[in-house]
Amino acid sequence: MPNKRSQFENTVTPYLGAAYNLARWLTGEDADAQDVVQESLLRAFKFFDSFRGGDSRAWLLTIVRHTAYTWLRQNRAGMMVSLDDELPNEALPDDTEEQLIQTLDHQALHQAIAALSVEFREVVILHDLEGLAYKEIAAIANIPIGTVMSRLARARKRLYYTLAQTQQLDRPRTESGKQQT
Amino acid sequence: MNCDEVRTLIDAYTDNELDLVTSLSIERHLQTCADCPAIYQNRVVMRNALKADALYFRPSPAVSRRLLQSLPQAEQRGVPRQWRMIGALGLGLLIVGLFLVTGLVVMRNNALPAEDQLVTSVLASHIRSLMADHLTDVISSDQHTVKPWFDGKIDYAPAVIDLAAQGFPLVGGRLDYLESNPVAALVYRNDKHLINLFIWPTSDLPDTAPGQLTRLGYHLLHWQMDNATYWAVSDLEEDKLNTFAELIKHSLH
Repeated sequence: MPNKRSQFENTVTPYLGAAYNLARWLTGEDADAQDVVQESLLRAFKFFDSFRGGDSRAWLLTIVRHTAYTWLRQNRAGMMVSLDDELPNEALPDDTEEQLIQTLDHQALHQAIAALSVEFREVVILHDLEGLAYKEIAAIANIPIGTVMSRLARARKRLYYTLAQTQQLDRPRTESGKQQT
Repeated sequence: MNCDEVRTLIDAYTDNELDLVTSLSIERHLQTCADCPAIYQNRVVMRNALKADALYFRPSPAVSRRLLQSLPQAEQRGVPRQWRMIGALGLGLLIVGLFLVTGLVVMRNNALPAEDQLVTSVLASHIRSLMADHLTDVISSDQHTVKPWFDGKIDYAPAVIDLAAQGFPLVGGRLDYLESNPVAALVYRNDKHLINLFIWPTSDLPDTAPGQLTRLGYHLLHWQMDNATYWAVSDLEEDKLNTFAELIKHSLH
């Protein structure tokens, strides 16, 4: 028993950043993210005896995600669309309208991600920021791999159009404004 | 594959989550379609932009420390708060040290997917060169014909050596793309086996001994030498591919 704490710390410390990043993106605030991570660590510690080794990052992130969703339901009920896989199919313009982009402004991208609904946001965070494979995300979010794939695809499409709408896309030729009209 | 199918899969394709066969047919589509490449390019730009450090929220060391300190002391339940604080302080110092070490470990781990992606690209390129009717752009066993052919196609001059005398005749050269950069691909033969040797400049890396990988029954050898990266791929036996790599390395010196 005296070693449990240090073993636990060895297990979670490398992924504290990942846990915080996910919580921060899901809750939107630093203080809330800290609360969620703290609560997650307490839960993880409690369940640590039943953790049989393996992927500690996925294990910790699963708990963080669950804790964050509970927190969101309690504190940001309006933000939650649903926890179901059946999300409303947003009407998005046809892909052929996409114009080639060269670079993206981080600030604008940040806002666009924050504007995504939480189900889409989490797959972007876990895949694009955290670098997890579809399979790992499927396990963490408890959804089929195909759902991970389609959510990511729709999330990126949405990001693209949010950026296009707010005219934040840094076009290759800045003087080509005439071309678009 | 038609545009609709490709667009459904374009994200998974960009993320390297598709099997080789599907990936290749998307790639073929992208080569001929007028509209889809723009979408693919946009996904690549977005993927790269999303990797930006600015988007990743990192807790400050103080926050990390505090988070770990909040854990219950399993063996000291009920101990007065002040004592716990003192214990936590020492623990905090320990964790800072731990962070430095694990930080390095995590950074190393994060480096893996990028290499994996490169391995997949190199392998796909090799298989594609065998499958499609596009093994060589310039067919010649004469190194003095193959080498100048690359002039003006890429901005560096790959070393081209014929190893016919040693059992690895030069078949020709080809311009290929790896991770959207043009690279020189030299094709050698040993009996009926073909070897693709990919070369591209990387000035900032030190020379390394060959690293070895096996994927889908193909052997891959990669090394760093004279400010260039070399990848040799073949279904040749491992020993023979090693011999080939050694021959290349020696002839270059």
